[in-house]
Amino acid sequence: MTSTKPSAAGKKPTESVPAAALHVGTSDPRTLIMNNLRQSGIFVALVVIVALFAFLTDGLSLSPGNITNIVLQYSYILVLAIGMVIVIIGGHIDLSVGSVVALTGAVSAVVVIRQGHPWWVGVLAALAVGIAVGAWHGFWVAYVGIPAFIVTLAGMLLFRGLTLRVLDNISLSPFPAEYNRIAAGFLNGLIGGDGYDAFTLLIGAIGVAGYVVSCFRTRVARIRYQQPVESFALFVARMTLVGAVVMYFAWQLAHARGLPIVLIILAALVLVYGLLTRRTVFGRQVYAIGGNLSAAMLSGVKVRTVNFWIFVNMGFLSAVAGIIFSSRSNGAQPAAGNMFELDAIAAAFIGGAAVTGGVGTVVGAMVGGLIMAVMSNGMQLMGVDQSLQSVVKGLVLLIAVAFDVYNKRRAGASR
Amino acid sequence: MDDNILEMRRITKTFPGVAALQDVSLAVRRGEIHAICGENGAGKSTLMKVLSGVYPSGSYDGDILLDGEPVHFRGIRDSEHRGVVIIHQELALVPYLSIAENIFLGNEQRGPAGLIDWNRTNAEAAKLLASVGLPENPVTPVVQLGVGKQQLVEIAKAISKKVRLLILDEPTAALNDVDSAHLLDLMRRLRDQGITCIMISHKLNEITSIADSTTVLRDGQTVEHLEMRSGEVTQERIIRGMVGRDLESFYPDRVSSPGEEVLRIEDWSVRHPSQDRLVVDGASLDVRAGEVVGIAGLMGAGRTEFAMSVFGRSYGRDITGRLFMHGKQIRTRSVAEAIRNGIAYATEDRKRFGLNLIEDIRRNISAAGLRRLARFGWVHDNEEIKVAETSRRDMNIKAPSVMSVVGKLSGGNQQKVVLSKWLFTDPDVLILDEPTRGIDVGAKFEIYTIVNRLVAEGKAVIIISSELPELLGMCDRIYTMSAGRITGVLPVAQATQEKLMELMAKDKETVG
Repeated sequence: MTSTKPSAAGKKPTESVPAAALHVGTSDPRTLIMNNLRQSGIFVALVVIVALFAFLTDGLSLSPGNITNIVLQYSYILVLAIGMVIVIIGGHIDLSVGSVVALTGAVSAVVVIRQGHPWWVGVLAALAVGIAVGAWHGFWVAYVGIPAFIVTLAGMLLFRGLTLRVLDNISLSPFPAEYNRIAAGFLNGLIGGDGYDAFTLLIGAIGVAGYVVSCFRTRVARIRYQQPVESFALFVARMTLVGAVVMYFAWQLAHARGLPIVLIILAALVLVYGLLTRRTVFGRQVYAIGGNLSAAMLSGVKVRTVNFWIFVNMGFLSAVAGIIFSSRSNGAQPAAGNMFELDAIAAAFIGGAAVTGGVGTVVGAMVGGLIMAVMSNGMQLMGVDQSLQSVVKGLVLLIAVAFDVYNKRRAGASR
Repeated sequence: MDDNILEMRRITKTFPGVAALQDVSLAVRRGEIHAICGENGAGKSTLMKVLSGVYPSGSYDGDILLDGEPVHFRGIRDSEHRGVVIIHQELALVPYLSIAENIFLGNEQRGPAGLIDWNRTNAEAAKLLASVGLPENPVTPVVQLGVGKQQLVEIAKAISKKVRLLILDEPTAALNDVDSAHLLDLMRRLRDQGITCIMISHKLNEITSIADSTTVLRDGQTVEHLEMRSGEVTQERIIRGMVGRDLESFYPDRVSSPGEEVLRIEDWSVRHPSQDRLVVDGASLDVRAGEVVGIAGLMGAGRTEFAMSVFGRSYGRDITGRLFMHGKQIRTRSVAEAIRNGIAYATEDRKRFGLNLIEDIRRNISAAGLRRLARFGWVHDNEEIKVAETSRRDMNIKAPSVMSVVGKLSGGNQQKVVLSKWLFTDPDVLILDEPTRGIDVGAKFEIYTIVNRLVAEGKAVIIISSELPELLGMCDRIYTMSAGRITGVLPVAQATQEKLMELMAKDKETVG
């Protein structure tokens, strides 16, 4: 670099004060809805679906025990959806994650159950295998230039086969209690509580407080940089709503078995990956590649490197999901993780990711995953036939993507 | 009275906001080779699309008379039915089908049961190949042929459609000398067989050697009709017709005071990514601080390829040559390295290569210089907003906010976003490829003003443009390229459109 010009990230404007945050902003619902249609649409859909099933099951779906169940049952899909939405934003797809979940779980089971190593060795082995699988996919996609569809389709067969090999075609179980706690354990009773778990409520409250503080700081910064924001009343309303939902959720958990350990893992992953996608150079480059590959290349983005790490990351998260799943099922089966890829892909697309890449969010994928989870769970509670469940899920996916395509076409027309 | 196979009378074709053709008339005699000349954007291709029915009857005004009777083509099939066949510059062959399959595509030779009669298909194809002088087996996949031979397959295909009027759009642009000579020979033979040819070409030496008459278009209007048979019409005469307009005075004034040399490129050569020919051939160029240097050239001259290969090897293979930045040799093995070395390249096709259209202004502006906003890989997103706001103000980008999606902006504002993006990388040399293509006059003026401001700040700017008045209005010096070579460099004071055009049309052999 021959330039000596100071970096633009230097001093901050100081003219406005945080107090102004109380008085500016728009409440115009048209602007707000139009700006966030893609995002807010799925939140609305989630609320409608939750309400629908609460009604259809006479409130059973919102009972403390069932909410806990949903978390335990779908956590690994949500973990996969985090990785999958990043893959999809980059303009790829990963069909192999189900097989990788099986393989990593199997490796962990062999290490812990068959060879008798401590539980954490199994965890590390599974993560290492997941990362290696991701690097394998990344190599073929990024450096050889084979479409991810083909590479991961091959991986789906390949790693399913290796799973059978590793397990010698039989199931392994049970895991030691420590390993089993990862997915089936709870944190409770740490600070007491009468008929409920105070610790769970405390964590919920801390989460809400953290969310409110960070939103307020963003808002203040936006105003300082003279960007449009929503009105303060609306801001308060939004915070209150989110806080109420989270605290209700925590309250229900506290009245069941307490805070599931897997929920803590999931929350940490959502937080980290939410920041990774929005706030890091890597995250931005993923969006840039998916949005316009040629333009990204001509902007100096090292497309191959980024693509490689997208798949390494997917492998890593597949391993996390594999650990959770094997822990939950307390063993490893040759057929584990079958069709998980489709649930993860569906979650990402329902959550607003674009088929052509460049669009999508981690939070969206989580909401998409929850929509699928609440629907499956609700239909199970109602005793709906498996065949019909499949039909409904298929239609929901189709409608969600059709909505996305329609949205894009409309945006295109106004260009 | 002439025996005209074709007459086009007072053709007017408008696109939203622009008149591409205005009262254009064209008369082609039976059995001649008729050349159509004009600068890029003069309306040649549009006229041929009107003729061949790509723009259907009713979407333009005026009459087309074939053999003296009016025709109304609603599509390519109509025009081909009447023996009018167009061969586009980008060949329309299916690469993995055989020569014979390509020739009879859409016109399959069927046997009694409605199935394709392969024996007849291949035998007919072999005959057609012989007639165009292409000694290839008709079952060879087209992908195995070079461009020159593919062109001959296209012509064979046209002959199979009983062509009477063959239109060739830039037929030799992608061909080497041997293939070009072969093609021109074939055109003469076709003429002797009674097939009339219309040929769009930038290569004036070919036109003077082969055409019987020439129509010159400029800015969507017919300028003149030249009889070529006498051999008195020279290339200079055609050039005068092509450029003869005044320099419009919408270029802002600038006091030019070039300083130290910033970038020097020496002996730069680039091979086509898939074909075995040099697209850039030993080109050298230098640019100083506070100087605007232009590169003029016709389509296919290799200007964009030259710039993109310098910018992190974004085009071509077997790239050789030397680069010096402030007198020090540098390398640009990747785009990131080129950016680090202070080079920026704003593409000619901003929608395809320049912008992420589904992303907002802010993130497009930061895309190439994101590292400047980041610490340990962590983007300072409020500073990013500030940078975007500063650009929006300085560049006068008209948008409700920097969070507006770039795809919804007008061409001029998109171009300002592209410029902002590259200025944020703080380059020493800014290469602008067709910086005002497809934007309106007001926005053009703004872009010119921005360029002037940049050079006043000591940046070096290279402008690639197909609009000669733009180069003459903006540059201090103008290089000309033809067939991958630098054919000359003129200080703007000595440059005229005629001189430039002469250098741009200069053929390989005549270059030093």
